[in-house]
Amino acid sequence: MLRYSLKRLLSLIVSLAVASVVIFAVIEVAPGDPASFMLGVNAQEDTLAALRAELGLDVPKVQRYFDWIGGLLVGDFGTSYTYRTPVAQMIADRMWVSLPLALYALALSTLIAFPAGIYAAARRGKPGDVAVMGATQLGVAVPNFWFAMMLVLIFAINLRWFGAGGFAGWDKGVWAGIHSLTLPAIALALPQAAILARVMRSALLDILGEDFMRTARAKGLTRRQALWRHGVRNALIPVLTILGLQFSFLLAGSIIIEQVFFLPGLGRLVFQAISSRDLIVVESVVMLLVFAVIMVNFLVDLAYALVDPRLRDRT
Amino acid sequence: MRRNLILGTALSSLVLLAALLSFVWTPYDHAALSIPDKLQTPGPEHWFGTDHFGRDMFSMIMVGARTSIAVALIAVGIGMGLGVPLGLTAAARKGSWLDEVIMRGNDLVFAFPSIIIAILITAVFGAGAVNAIIAIGIFNIPVFARVARGAALSLWEREFILAARVAGKGPARISAEHILPNIANLLIVQGTIQFSLGILAEAGLSYVGLGAQPPTPSWGRMLADAQTMVSFAPHLALIPGLAIIVTVLGLNLMGDGLRDWLDPRIRVARA
Repeated sequence: MLRYSLKRLLSLIVSLAVASVVIFAVIEVAPGDPASFMLGVNAQEDTLAALRAELGLDVPKVQRYFDWIGGLLVGDFGTSYTYRTPVAQMIADRMWVSLPLALYALALSTLIAFPAGIYAAARRGKPGDVAVMGATQLGVAVPNFWFAMMLVLIFAINLRWFGAGGFAGWDKGVWAGIHSLTLPAIALALPQAAILARVMRSALLDILGEDFMRTARAKGLTRRQALWRHGVRNALIPVLTILGLQFSFLLAGSIIIEQVFFLPGLGRLVFQAISSRDLIVVESVVMLLVFAVIMVNFLVDLAYALVDPRLRDRT
Repeated sequence: MRRNLILGTALSSLVLLAALLSFVWTPYDHAALSIPDKLQTPGPEHWFGTDHFGRDMFSMIMVGARTSIAVALIAVGIGMGLGVPLGLTAAARKGSWLDEVIMRGNDLVFAFPSIIIAILITAVFGAGAVNAIIAIGIFNIPVFARVARGAALSLWEREFILAARVAGKGPARISAEHILPNIANLLIVQGTIQFSLGILAEAGLSYVGLGAQPPTPSWGRMLADAQTMVSFAPHLALIPGLAIIVTVLGLNLMGDGLRDWLDPRIRVARA
């Protein structure tokens, strides 16, 4: 287990290092000088130089890269070109919207997908299975931002159960916050749940054909007992992989969904930053998101080894 | 499940035909503004109604299909064109440093969802349909590399490959002449799936303004325009959304059907 973890850790560090170089390099080739963008076309040369020095743009690229990385490691993300506030603060504020939204959606999709997948597998070929599979086929094909618009149309505009957008803020109470994230979370969760339910079903069906399932039945367990004690547990491995992979889709999806609901999350931050050419914000938010994806996949790899001891020895 | 294949192919062909037809004929000029006709609901005059500028929605959907299909198709081409050779190389040199580098590189690209790639490209070069193609295409590369490598690895153990090696063929020639034709089915099925994901991704990117720019009609863009008018003109949002769903559903059903049809194991099991 230790060797496995160390090997994974090493590949995590290499991945993060390469990803950071790629992101830095891409942003570096961006045309335009932030200083002249901030000061306008009529700026004096010495004012520009002073601002470049203030922003740390006058040092060599390699050193700037290491300054950036060193800063990230201690939580200093630099200063926004347009707002002149610390990027770390801006990200932290937005994180309080994006992270709860992603977790809320993840919880919802798991809550929907697990029972649906298990139900379908247990009733393979029967009308219940066909209905669940048909629903998931449709769920996979629906774009989540369109689904979000339909939710707004029905539940916000017609029924007035929810607001059509915006975020109440956590200082108005946890309930108000959760309430304003509910429609976005449902919109994000349903397509994910459709995929997850399909994976759960096919993983369970594979397991149900195994010898040990027959043994479990032979030793006197009922279908239901065998399914829950031996089937579901073993089916968790492929499900876990997809859950990890889905996290990146969830992040990507939430960037778009935030636009539908005008939520002040990381997605909106990054789009504002693109339009105001605040590249340091773009750079840091992108790095943070990529870090999150790589980290989740690392944790999934470790979770694998916990669920399935056979994987620990394999590298 | 021949039913899936037929239904899926029918739906996909419908969309493809609409896109092709739009080059020579649309009911109205998709870009022609006609303010007096604005926001008409679907009817005999305008089958899908008109938008807030009085443009014919049916014509816009037809031309929008072109954008969606072109972006997703080229993105699949990029993914296959680069991913498959990488995967075949990795499989041919299994366990070597080259295999390791290719597969770790894949993992790395996987950490960049297509919207993140699109954000990076847009931040640097500005928005456009080409960005969407590149972003989705890059995201497709590791998908095809993994599928190709996985399938090729099991083939390399087979006797007919050994025979080819004994005959003096090198790894590159074996990959091209013996491995590739044998994994083509799998790649086609994966291609269908990535094509449908590409349609969804293109819609999402153009919805947030990272994809095709006006005046190029695209389904995602139409949905973005519809958002503020959804309360009094729901058809503006409903119709492009349904177009996306029909296309993606069709491609997915076709992919499922193709897989069942092409996979000999399932055929044998059924026989």
